[in-house]
Amino acid sequence: MSALGPHAGYILAAYASVVMILGGLILMIWRDHRAQRQALDALEQRGAGRRSGKALS
Amino acid sequence: MASLIELANPTRFMHLSSRLLPWLVGAAALLLAVGLYLAFFVAPADYQQGETIRIMFVHVPAAWLALMFYSMMAISALGTLVWRHPLADVAQKAAAPIGACFALVCLITGALWGKPMWGTYWVWDARLTSVLVLFLIYLGIMALWRTLDDPSRAGRAVAILTLVGFVNVPIIKFSVDWWNTLHQPASVFRAGGPTIHPAMLWPLLILAVGFTLLALALHLVAMRAEIMRRRVRTLTIFEAERLDRLTAEAAI
Repeated sequence: MSALGPHAGYILAAYASVVMILGGLILMIWRDHRAQRQALDALEQRGAGRRSGKALS
Repeated sequence: MASLIELANPTRFMHLSSRLLPWLVGAAALLLAVGLYLAFFVAPADYQQGETIRIMFVHVPAAWLALMFYSMMAISALGTLVWRHPLADVAQKAAAPIGACFALVCLITGALWGKPMWGTYWVWDARLTSVLVLFLIYLGIMALWRTLDDPSRAGRAVAILTLVGFVNVPIIKFSVDWWNTLHQPASVFRAGGPTIHPAMLWPLLILAVGFTLLALALHLVAMRAEIMRRRVRTLTIFEAERLDRLTAEAAI
């Protein structure tokens, strides 16, 4: 803290906000991707709408 | 342009993006680690702003990315309305939350930098207000996507709103030149070259590239999720129609 001078609280709060906002964004996108993958896998396993037999990689 | 047309095939896009993602994430992690080390342990304190200059290393890349993602969305909007590229509205929808988050990071870190340097977290001057407007436009676009179920209809409505909102981008860029403001003028991308000392400029540029690669990786993952969501929607409709037909046949 002391190495960052008298305004250390502001600097640490700024970096903490970056971690929280970007961490939340990464988590949200990753969870959405996983949920869509699971839903698509479940539908394709049931054979829903199968035409060409090609699955999205 | 030819490669853009090749990418119009969602299956090809899914294949290429799955191969590209590990490289993007690896390069982003490496650059962010090096950039943060340089920002905290090599870059000196500023002669006027002291240690608070370290907020610049996240504030400035966040501002650049908030503008870059909106510009990408405007190009995607043209892709939707003019060229009817099948992935244009997917790219646009996936970009909005990422751009909004970087705009929010820019606003919060700017406020935390402003308090010790200006004596206030916020002033209603041109630069700060126009960035707040950018954040609100991002929120409006995300809300509009949720109001319409049909992605192609929503895509066209959002594309028009995005293009109208693009007028704010040059206002943000030139607000520090056109009006009196507490915010400092451009010090990196300016005629005559950067005014920042290389010891601060290099960590800033390395972190900017690192955050950009991270944002692009997130954009690819979000686009992949959106493509799968649309596929799930289509398959669910097909399956519901098939079940309806079977029920109708059984009732005869």
